Amino acid sequence: MKSLGLKRRFRIKNIFVFLVVLYFAFQFFSVFALLDLNNIKGVAKYYLENDIKDTESANVVTSIVVNYRGFDTLGEVTVLFLAATGLAAILSGERKKKRKKTPANAMLHYGSKPLLAIVVLFGAYIFIHGHLSPGGGFQGGTVIATGFLMMLLAFEGYEIKHGYVKWAESLAGLTFVTVGLFGLFLLGSFLANFLPLGKVGELFSAGVIPIIYVAVGFKVGSELTGLLDNMMGVVE
Amino acid sequence: MKALLMNTHYIVLAGILLLMVIGLFGALTKKNLIKILISLGIVDTGVNLFFITIGYVNGKTAPIFSKSGLTSQNMVDPVPQALVLTAIVIGVAVLALGLSIVIRVYEHYGTLNVSKIKKMRG
Repeated sequence: MKSLGLKRRFRIKNIFVFLVVLYFAFQFFSVFALLDLNNIKGVAKYYLENDIKDTESANVVTSIVVNYRGFDTLGEVTVLFLAATGLAAILSGERKKKRKKTPANAMLHYGSKPLLAIVVLFGAYIFIHGHLSPGGGFQGGTVIATGFLMMLLAFEGYEIKHGYVKWAESLAGLTFVTVGLFGLFLLGSFLANFLPLGKVGELFSAGVIPIIYVAVGFKVGSELTGLLDNMMGVVE
Repeated sequence: MKALLMNTHYIVLAGILLLMVIGLFGALTKKNLIKILISLGIVDTGVNLFFITIGYVNGKTAPIFSKSGLTSQNMVDPVPQALVLTAIVIGVAVLALGLSIVIRVYEHYGTLNVSKIKKMRG
């Protein structure tokens, strides 16, 4: 009797969910039909046409993220910082439990140390060339964090030095805000591009964009590394 | 109708819709908290793909002036790409925060089943 009731309730719920999903699909297609997809208009058109004149950055996406909407990016980095801090606060309170792990595969064990250097170098390459090629601070930082995740998996009791991570994160955030304030005092608007722009395609071009993206790279890398370290080995 | 079917947007769109529907269905029907979080991650991926698809124009290339011949005429819309770039990172942060809460819930209740947690007191 009881099991029948449960089954019935389950069925009614599934039908309801199906109707909700159907309605969602209908809304989705009706929104898509309204869009004009083959013409680039408005602000996107402005960005594409004036990117080289305004910023001399080869990558238009980078110049949007760091220059045209740099303030937005600062807020976004703050959200990431808040999430990492919140995670540390939620998981703090008890020391890490030592857990018996199966030892890592020999391949992982011997391969990951030399690979760490290469992975970090590759991450640095990605965020230094953010204004020239598809890449940037967020991607490069994530690649660096992946390298440290590999180390955490390969070595039992591998400790990430929290002092260094905290310093890197704070200095990177400070660099971002300082560059923004320099723009405010020199040119009258926050994050204004006060350095010489150079020529498109060169490493030292696009003014403050590479500086900010390197700072973002360090910040994202250190935050994600700290986040992984906090999540490692908490639960039995 | 023929023009509508010829448009590659609609093929990608079907995939996006499938991703979103799978994620939504999972989030609404699954009992395991980690499975619910995975479903939310799938919806997140669908939304990101949707943004990129809106910005895509048939036959145009990435908005990077990497070769001398490229002009702004043959590039896709860069704004959705910039938005998705930040949305991915936020998605990772939110997922990590959610997982940390799941860890605490598991420590407290000893189960990940939502309906069992609901019945418990304290």
